[in-house]
Amino acid sequence: MSLLLFLAQTLRIAIPYLFAAAGGALAERAGVVSLTLEGFMLGGAFGAVLGSHYTGSAWIGLVTGVAWGLMLALIHAVCSIRYKADQIVVGVAINLFTVGITRFFLQLAFESSSNSPRVAGFGGDAGSSAAAFLTNPLVWMGIVVMPALWWVVQKTTFGLRVRAVGEHPQAAASVGVPVNRVRYVAVLGSGALAALGGVYLALDQHQFTDSMTAGRGFIALAAVIFGRWDPLRAGLACLLFAAAETLQIQLQAAQLIPSQFVAMIPYVLTIVAVAGVVGRSTPPAALGRTTD
Amino acid sequence: MRKILAFVGVLLAAHVAMQWIHPAGAAVAPTGNALDVGIVFDLGGRGDKSFNDGAYIGAMRAAKELGARVRFVEPGEGSDREAGLRLLAAEKMDLVIGVGFIFTDDLTELAKEYPNVAFAGVDYAVTIDKDGNPVAPPKNLAALKFREEQGSFLVGALAALVGKSKKVGFIGGMDSPLIHKFEAGYRAGVKQVCPDCEVIAQYAGVTPEAFRNPGRGKELALSQYQQGVNVIYHASGSTGLGVFEAARTLDKYGIGVDADQYKEAPGHVLSSMVKRVDNAVFDVIKRVAEKKFTGGIYSFGLAEDGVGYVYDEHNRALIPDSVRQRLEALKAEIVAGRIIVPSTK
Repeated sequence: MSLLLFLAQTLRIAIPYLFAAAGGALAERAGVVSLTLEGFMLGGAFGAVLGSHYTGSAWIGLVTGVAWGLMLALIHAVCSIRYKADQIVVGVAINLFTVGITRFFLQLAFESSSNSPRVAGFGGDAGSSAAAFLTNPLVWMGIVVMPALWWVVQKTTFGLRVRAVGEHPQAAASVGVPVNRVRYVAVLGSGALAALGGVYLALDQHQFTDSMTAGRGFIALAAVIFGRWDPLRAGLACLLFAAAETLQIQLQAAQLIPSQFVAMIPYVLTIVAVAGVVGRSTPPAALGRTTD
Repeated sequence: MRKILAFVGVLLAAHVAMQWIHPAGAAVAPTGNALDVGIVFDLGGRGDKSFNDGAYIGAMRAAKELGARVRFVEPGEGSDREAGLRLLAAEKMDLVIGVGFIFTDDLTELAKEYPNVAFAGVDYAVTIDKDGNPVAPPKNLAALKFREEQGSFLVGALAALVGKSKKVGFIGGMDSPLIHKFEAGYRAGVKQVCPDCEVIAQYAGVTPEAFRNPGRGKELALSQYQQGVNVIYHASGSTGLGVFEAARTLDKYGIGVDADQYKEAPGHVLSSMVKRVDNAVFDVIKRVAEKKFTGGIYSFGLAEDGVGYVYDEHNRALIPDSVRQRLEALKAEIVAGRIIVPSTK
């Protein structure tokens, strides 16, 4: 039983990571740096609460959450691809912008600077956590998102183009691949995917609270890097990080491991991965570079 | 280029104009040489359902009862906090209040720069010298401190008496001395009424983000409830909203903090450990009004009605009369000094 509880908690914690990491993997494979995941998630969370609040439907919340993700991703794409701005700077700017804009609209719509009122989520209000969990469509989407992304990236024409523009945009362009258009689609897709992570968080809490993503976007980015930009490996990295967190939650009461130690696991593993200790970790060759 | 410059110029002008519109405080009929009070809110500003709202309520009461003219400034992210305080001090307010421990350093600086203005800091963090003695703040600065451990003690006793499972939970935000104070009082309260009860205490993280992570709060709470805990007290900002969400899901109880959090999960909030920021703010404004203001450390505990627990029409049904009587007896003993509540783990 306790193993089941452990697995369920790991999965619950992993869902937002899985969505955000899927978004990160997609954009980065197309050569666009994804520091923006945190902002996309936060925007998605806020959009979901707005939609769910005004319509009473979690499904519409899902749609509006994704719309917020797309909107932020469009800003990212226009700045990074159209105007060739430094993608890291744009990413940081979008994260800060999202914190500010969500706080602004929170105040405007709900007259509170801390949290929104309660909104409808999936699975209704009542019931045990297990039932609420299994009837949440976002859980199932989260489970399949990485395998699905892997299939798209590895097996479809679009995936081939994404990999091509991420590795060698000039070569891709020379055979007629519309480099910028592929990157636009990849960045917009990453916005939608990462926003779903935020939608899950917000609807699971039935409300939006200020800065509620609390750094999950960066852990997801760490998972992408640790997973060497491969969706399946990144998915496993998400599960690993979530398992570490669950372990910390379960063991913290017993004071076996200092919580500071567990909190740094994702980052230490990422540094280890980037330093090339376990296998070779090569980012897409054109990552962060814009082309003419 | 010129277009962009013009655009930026317009934006700047609009921005500057906003500065004049924005901090317009409560309009109160000016009464001769009325008392001018300026308040700078912590991040979040009004509507945080906690500190800032408490300070606002206290200030409005002062406006009504003492005829004080109150001006509020809501700073944004980062460094304009100091600018907000400075603006008010330079305008020769009689009293400038900073809400939140984050103002500690700025207030200390400005109190030295403007010796004729009275300052007060809610939750001002008094520095401790190397011998362990508190360093007195400047003599025109009042440090408004709360004895959270005393209120936490009472809700600890409440949790143990109502919980019935020999296991009670505590969830803190950032693992830091400030929150350890809540935990220490809570533990002492639990042990007072139930010596063989176990307290499961967990923290949401080691950075300030731990106060804004309801997702983490929910997971911590779910795991505690699943271990047999029936009541969890949280001292973790909006992370605690996740605790209430878990209490709803599993039909258990949570105890709120700082303000009455009953509305966050009606029926599942057993009580809240309230910090009466409104009382502290009103008290300090009154001192200035009566020309009795002196700097120093002001401590608001149970005796001063600075902390307490909520017992009203919303949660009366959840708390049996016998428990209520027990809590009131414990409160009387703390006020009389017969029970000393520890403030460190």
